[in-house]
Amino acid sequence: MRDNTYFDMNRRSFLKSSAAAGALVLGTYFMGSAPRAMAGVLAKPAENAKRANLFVALRPDGMVEITCHRSEMGQQIRTAIAQIVADEMEAAWDKVIVIQGKGDPKYGDQNTDGSRSIRYNMQRLREMGASVRYMMQHAAAKRWGVSADTCTANQHVVSHTSGKTLSYKELVTDAINFVPPASEEITLKSKEEWRYINTGMAHIDLQDLVTGSATFAADVRIPGTLVAVVLRPPVVGGKLKSVDSKTAKAMPGVVDVVEMPVPSGALQFQPKGGVAVIAKSTWAAWQARKALKVEWDDGENSEYNSETFKTELISTVNSAQTHVREKGDATTVLSQASDKLIADYYIPHLAQAPMEPPCATAHFKDGAIKVWAATQNPQADMATISALLGIPKENVEVNVTMLGGGFGRKSKPDFSAEAAFLSMKTGHPIRVQWTREDDIQHGFYHAVSAQHVEASLDDKGAIDAYLHRTAFSPIAALFQEGATTPMGFELRLGFTDNPINTPNLKLEVGNAKSMARVGWMRSVSNIFHAYAIQSFIAEAAHKANRDPKDYLLDTIGPARILDVTEQGAEYDNYGADKEEYPLDIGRLRHVIEKAASMAKWGREMPEGRGLGIAAHRSFLTYVAAVVEVEVSKSGDLRIVKSWAAIDAGTVVNTDTVKNQVQGGLIFGLTTALSNGITFDKGKVQQSNFHDYRVPRMSDSPLDIEVEVIESDAPPAGVGEPATPVFAPALCNAIFAACGKRIRQLPIGNQLKA
Amino acid sequence: MITFTVNGNKHEFSGDPSTPVLWYLRDELNLTGPKFGCGMAQCGACTVHIDGMAQRSCVLPVSAVQGKQVTTIEGLSENGDHPVQKAWVEHKVPQCGFCQCGQIMQAASLLSTNPTPSDEEIVQNMSGNICRCGTYPRIHKAIKSASKSMSGNAGVSYFDPTQAGEEA
Repeated sequence: MRDNTYFDMNRRSFLKSSAAAGALVLGTYFMGSAPRAMAGVLAKPAENAKRANLFVALRPDGMVEITCHRSEMGQQIRTAIAQIVADEMEAAWDKVIVIQGKGDPKYGDQNTDGSRSIRYNMQRLREMGASVRYMMQHAAAKRWGVSADTCTANQHVVSHTSGKTLSYKELVTDAINFVPPASEEITLKSKEEWRYINTGMAHIDLQDLVTGSATFAADVRIPGTLVAVVLRPPVVGGKLKSVDSKTAKAMPGVVDVVEMPVPSGALQFQPKGGVAVIAKSTWAAWQARKALKVEWDDGENSEYNSETFKTELISTVNSAQTHVREKGDATTVLSQASDKLIADYYIPHLAQAPMEPPCATAHFKDGAIKVWAATQNPQADMATISALLGIPKENVEVNVTMLGGGFGRKSKPDFSAEAAFLSMKTGHPIRVQWTREDDIQHGFYHAVSAQHVEASLDDKGAIDAYLHRTAFSPIAALFQEGATTPMGFELRLGFTDNPINTPNLKLEVGNAKSMARVGWMRSVSNIFHAYAIQSFIAEAAHKANRDPKDYLLDTIGPARILDVTEQGAEYDNYGADKEEYPLDIGRLRHVIEKAASMAKWGREMPEGRGLGIAAHRSFLTYVAAVVEVEVSKSGDLRIVKSWAAIDAGTVVNTDTVKNQVQGGLIFGLTTALSNGITFDKGKVQQSNFHDYRVPRMSDSPLDIEVEVIESDAPPAGVGEPATPVFAPALCNAIFAACGKRIRQLPIGNQLKA
Repeated sequence: MITFTVNGNKHEFSGDPSTPVLWYLRDELNLTGPKFGCGMAQCGACTVHIDGMAQRSCVLPVSAVQGKQVTTIEGLSENGDHPVQKAWVEHKVPQCGFCQCGQIMQAASLLSTNPTPSDEEIVQNMSGNICRCGTYPRIHKAIKSASKSMSGNAGVSYFDPTQAGEEA
């Protein structure tokens, strides 16, 4: 029998199915760079959909299966994708089922980071939904012998002007024989016609999440699974010198002790190595790991000490470095200025610390492996596992569970690769469970950074020359051994796209080593760049004796499109077309004005209270936040309230955007609150939530008002852009409340001094 | 032999008595609602009720629940309609949702002993539960809502499997 699921690219259609119980399935492919809806017929969508890629299946029973190929980690992407497709296809919401897509290059990009799921997919998802609607209308028209434009689709039913109706369910079999429409034949709904998109409808997984029935990585149950915990080298690049596992092996429930492979070459997402204990239960594995007696060869990074490194970084940014953007002659103006404002800012390493520690289950059998993982990027799991096991990528099946938070940590599939290796080695299905200590001590950390900013002000108080140097442990070292220069994207996150409007500007970058694994954390280098820029503007406002909000608006200048490449910067605009997604200072001004007005900026504040404001464009989205704080005479800080305005262009779910902004701001609070991740002799000094502090309810503002700016601009990022503004807005508020300027995070005891 | 009930059903345990209740629930009973987040009672993702009171199951040895009633999120209500769960849905609290079962169990326990907590009491009672997604403002509001809807009904009434399906 012919494989009905084969997608014939040349004919721009699927091969026809002869199965009576077939379902109508539409998929989209990227044709070159242009996304284009492709449609056709498949018999068995649920099992064989791997051969198509992004798809929607209308089943013979009338239910609609929509595949979500992006990972769900709280941003409600499963709901958003369904909203888009179901809206355009006029599906009744109670007939929508979301299927989680496995790792498969045919979906195109599945790397769920960079706040780009909607930006990358909205158009093709809309076209796919509209194609189903088109086929339903045409199927009904043919049945009735009428013209298709006299038929309208509405909530799973096609109606004719005469009043006749046919349900989608009744039309499935007819539509199977249809040649699907080309993109230019379909009509997308107008914004006014949307019924799901741009609403705050509840997310589809809500009930499962409040009843404990959602499946996260550790909830996967494969019969015969053994649990593994790994003892990893405490220093990056360290190796196992010796291990005595006699006691561990003799403990009840322990099945095996296995040495992990030593990583070679650039670290990338390779497991760190070490020794694994495999046992019948988590508790047994855990106890036995404690009984391992190991000696490590710590290697070169054993000299990593955070205090020393901090001094080096600050020293780096206090001497001339390579410039990456220049306008006018900031060097000369600053050298001649009699009165300059100079500030150094510092933020330590941070850990993403998602509530669900990394976890994956793998089952190797007959040269192929199945993996179930909390991964943000299943195709990276495929590549990493394929390389480690020496099997073709096609033999690696990656099933994506719900993620208990990701924040960038789970883009790195080292934990899936550990499970895969151990399953191949032992022949058992293996679940690798990371403890919180593992997560805190063996992560891919947010870069430690230092910034030096100096400026001179003209006689009206405006910045007439601005110099900004950045230096941080680059992510680049993950991919290129010993790299000390940041990769381009690390600078394009809030540094080269600095919005300050001044006649003389110079941006410089210093080199730094990465002696730990440095990876990305929610909003990445935007965090420290926005912190420095937005703190410095407020400092300049104070020096100029101006209102910080008015000064911020004046400093970024009038509404206009800013093209930083005209000042020599390499800038890829998050991979988006700069005509479609320009850096629009007008939109940045608008969110500042909005947030300020929400907070009733300028109102009389009682003693010890203050308002701070910060704004930043990241992931093509504009966010401004105002924070109100109270600082007691003894230096106790209380965050009273926060307000934020976000312009993310077209949004799919307004409530999700609000939730992401609220959560993103609180995530940003970590930067200000947490003691960070510090190293001594190459080892992480923190281990769990008692010494790596993350915000709790008692730390957080409990009232965060969010305004989602109504916009027809193309969709931009939502998951990350709120995070960078919180720390600077908070520190600006602290200054307004008590006159103390925080240039080094965490705040720690600085308010007590 | 340690005997106790989990969600109304009797269980006997003869393994290592120092095994935390969390791992017994997850690994042996396949009750995966309680989550592992830290293993040292720092985050609250593992919160269950022991005789109606919220406790961290990740540090509670099985030996400590002899003769007690253990309730997990799976046993909080029959259809996921406990007032706290309903309030969580109403306020669309969860983002990733990983911590939320623990948050809900903590909140249900709070409201059973203090049906009308003040804003500050809510903060005090809930600050042992971490939500990395930062849903605290919504958790706080949802507890206020649940408190209103539960007023006059102090105490947690669990779903009783022995009563299920019987006529009232």
